[in-house]
Amino acid sequence: MITALSTLLLCQLIGETLTRWLMLPLPGPVLGMLLLFLWLSLRGGPGDALRQGSQHVLQHLSLLFVPAGTGIVLHLHRVGDEWLPLLLSLLVSTVLTLVVTATVMRLCQRHPAEPQA
Amino acid sequence: MTEPIAQIWVYLAASPLLGLTLTLLAYQTAFALFQRSGQHPLANPVMIAVAILAIFLWLTGTAYETYFAGAQFVHFMLGPATVALAVPLYTQFRRVRSLLTPILAGLLAGSLTAIVSAVLVGRLFGASASTQLSLAPKSVTTPIAMGIAERIGGLPSLTAVLVIFTGVLGAISARHIFDAIKVHDPAIRGFALGVASHGIGTARALQVNEQSGAFAALAMGLNGLLTALLLPLISQWLVR
Repeated sequence: MITALSTLLLCQLIGETLTRWLMLPLPGPVLGMLLLFLWLSLRGGPGDALRQGSQHVLQHLSLLFVPAGTGIVLHLHRVGDEWLPLLLSLLVSTVLTLVVTATVMRLCQRHPAEPQA
Repeated sequence: MTEPIAQIWVYLAASPLLGLTLTLLAYQTAFALFQRSGQHPLANPVMIAVAILAIFLWLTGTAYETYFAGAQFVHFMLGPATVALAVPLYTQFRRVRSLLTPILAGLLAGSLTAIVSAVLVGRLFGASASTQLSLAPKSVTTPIAMGIAERIGGLPSLTAVLVIFTGVLGAISARHIFDAIKVHDPAIRGFALGVASHGIGTARALQVNEQSGAFAALAMGLNGLLTALLLPLISQWLVR
């Protein structure tokens, strides 16, 4: 678990440093994910420690969103005033995004590019 | 001699111990309910845990900042967890490479749909300009979305909440929507869920299967990047 955690933190640290230094528009952890991915590709896969460690961390990924979600208590007034546009916007947009993304992907998959003559 | 309860409360309320313990307990309760419901999407553990905590903070008159002083340790783990998504992504990479065209097309279409429809529906039903700007990055994972909201003139902390609820809505509805439009490929289901509902969608996809989870993680990363590049360019035309 310690090996996995230090690997993950090290990748995040390098990611945070690089995004700030190069002023990239993506957050450090996402760059850290790409760096770890590249490292795994070079190394030919994660070791047992990293595989199990990341599984542990990801098993309860939803827990990690709870503190930010509880921030709703800061916006009860606005949510009370604008609950209808907020609710409809989130609902319609989320459903539409799911449908559009999946449909476009399926269409591209079913009609692969014509083979070059 | 015992200390009066009020004084103990003063100590606890000022220490990070309480916020951290409460977050874990609320999530554990929510997760137990989720399991008992047979993992029913409506019993989403994030939503239930947030409800428990919000009610507790309200009843005890505790400020969110005080709670967050403890809960930040959980919040912090979002970083390493995002990095950890590289592992399922690596495991599934062969499939990712074979689906490169659908992935890029789906990403572009989904990312634009998420931004434009959120703003336009909000505007149509009378959301204020700052609310519309806070809605725009709602499909992107929390840290990126807050950064974007700040740059385009939304309210980062409102965006964080909208992001979480988008995630919960996606996690709740995805299964029924994909079944209704007859999309059965776990890679496509995962990817679409990741584009629409970022990390919470990814968490849900990982519960279903590893391939879905890997594609959701990929979608979350790519959509975060694309939205961060795209939204500052189009927000001034979208929002009124």
